[in-house]
Amino acid sequence: MSTRSILIIVAVVLVVSLANASVYRIQEYEQVIVTQFGKITGPAIDQPGVHLKVPFVQVVRRFDKRWLAWDGHPNEIPTRDKKYIWMDSYARWRIKDPVVFYKRLRDEPSAQSRLDDIIDGEVRNVIANHNLIDVVRTGSRRFERTEAQEGEEDDTTQFLASVGRAKLAEMILEKASSVMPEYGIELADIQFKRVNYVDSVQEKVFERMISERQRIAQLYRSQGLGKSAEIEGRVERELRSIQSEAYRKAEQTRGKADAQAAEIYANAYNKDPEFYAFTKSMRVMQDVIDAETELVLSTHGDLLQYLTAEK
Amino acid sequence: MNGRNNGPRPVPPPDDEWTPERVLFLLQRRIPFLVLVLGGFLTISSSYYQIEPEEVGLVTRFGAHIETSEPGLHFKLPFGIDEVIRVPVQRQLKAEFGFRTVRADVRSEFGRDGDADKEAAMLTGDLNVAQVEWIVQYQIVDPRKYVFNVRGADLTLRDISEATMRQVVGDHSVTEVLTVGRERVQLQAKTALQGLCNRYGIGIEVKKLVLQDVNPPAPVRESFNEVNQALQDRERAVNQAWAHYNSVIPEARGKAAQALQSAEGYAIERVNQARGDVQRFLALQQEYSKSPEVTRSRLYLETMSQVLPRAGQRTVVDANLKGLLPMLSLDRQQSAGGGR
Repeated sequence: MSTRSILIIVAVVLVVSLANASVYRIQEYEQVIVTQFGKITGPAIDQPGVHLKVPFVQVVRRFDKRWLAWDGHPNEIPTRDKKYIWMDSYARWRIKDPVVFYKRLRDEPSAQSRLDDIIDGEVRNVIANHNLIDVVRTGSRRFERTEAQEGEEDDTTQFLASVGRAKLAEMILEKASSVMPEYGIELADIQFKRVNYVDSVQEKVFERMISERQRIAQLYRSQGLGKSAEIEGRVERELRSIQSEAYRKAEQTRGKADAQAAEIYANAYNKDPEFYAFTKSMRVMQDVIDAETELVLSTHGDLLQYLTAEK
Repeated sequence: MNGRNNGPRPVPPPDDEWTPERVLFLLQRRIPFLVLVLGGFLTISSSYYQIEPEEVGLVTRFGAHIETSEPGLHFKLPFGIDEVIRVPVQRQLKAEFGFRTVRADVRSEFGRDGDADKEAAMLTGDLNVAQVEWIVQYQIVDPRKYVFNVRGADLTLRDISEATMRQVVGDHSVTEVLTVGRERVQLQAKTALQGLCNRYGIGIEVKKLVLQDVNPPAPVRESFNEVNQALQDRERAVNQAWAHYNSVIPEARGKAAQALQSAEGYAIERVNQARGDVQRFLALQQEYSKSPEVTRSRLYLETMSQVLPRAGQRTVVDANLKGLLPMLSLDRQQSAGGGR
């Protein structure tokens, strides 16, 4: 190769790298600051597209301008009513002022660790000053009572939040936000992602849940037995009532018939009571005398009066 | 001469042999051409792109968003000047919480790992614990926001969804979450989720939030089953009692009706008998009243003649005889003692 062509190549390389060093592009989701020998030259630039800078002297530092995630480490925190819970919260934040951010924190990892300190601390403070129910519940709606609980004492008033979860999250956000301008950060939201009992408490809670269920189960069983006894009682009542009613009506009917018969007999026999007595005694005699009967007949009687002729 | 000045010129190897030397020689002669072809190829291949039916493309020029392209074939400036970010806006995306679909098929397999378990465990409003599994179906409605407004929109959705579900479940009792309140939990969680999506501007619309299995935690499950069992026991006890009722009462009613009918039968019989007796008596009495003496003697004697032959033993005693009775009673005692 000739010297000329080498020169040309060198020149091209120089021009290209010079051009490359004096333009930079900003992505849609980026914001940058430009430093010159370590000094920040001006406010942050967040206009996406191609921009110019002094080559080799100025350095571009890029920052995301989107909402970024912060995910806290699960923390064991006692509430005001001394219940130990695991608390896992998250936040959404962004770099609002890259200049301040760069000065104070330089990059995202150090920002994350600073957020850990600040938010975890605030979460701990707020939780420790409130009862567990305020961490769990948002409103103070009364729970629906199931059929099983009817008649039981309503003990759900202890589950009414006085402050509420949303409010607590707001308080934490507010407190944490107040120090954020110092770091050039803006916080969008802090939420409790997961709240759970620590294991030792969890066991106790399970025990309580079990006893609570057993209470309900017992109630159902007892209700069953009670209802069953009630029905048995009804059986007995109806049975007795039916039977006695039937007895009463039957006897009444029989009695009426007896009375009617007596009346009929009396009306007829009254016409000639003496004759009635006579025919009846004849009838009785026919019914009474059989092979077992020993008759002692006096000659004095009507039948055999003619046997003693000398009379 | 010239050859000496310019250094040794490469000598072409014999034409009929494809030795490495010959290939190299041919390539060296074609360098400008090859560069041109390569450059052209690169230019063309980076000048067009295709957007699939379920996507849109966000086109950025030097990083700045310039247009959003619909499905089809499009041209752009080459060499990374224009870049395309594809966003599947038409696709129904799905996120699972508290469980993982291991294999989706006609019969899908579901699994749970430690993380899914932690997702599912949550406190209810009465400070109990429930295992809640749910899915969120969502769609990207604003690809610009989805890409440029948040980093990791999907992760953000997961975080929000977990937080809102816990918030809603935290406002219901365990009984409500497990039974009557499911619908409401679902609805409230969806509303809250969409609310936070809008607040963070992640360009996602929540289409559906569906509760899957909602269970009491494993150590407690048995006692929940016990409650169901007790409920069954109650039904059974009541059913059995009614069965007894049904087996006894209708029979008793039937028997009562029977007793009444029988009494009425007796009544009719009794009255008819009375009437019959009376009619017979009256008929006889009428005749008797016409000639009482004769009729009376006749009736008496007729009866006697029927009756006396039937008697086992007949003794005729003179009316004037005394002391008969002691002998008779002795005789009776003998026949009683002699045994029949």
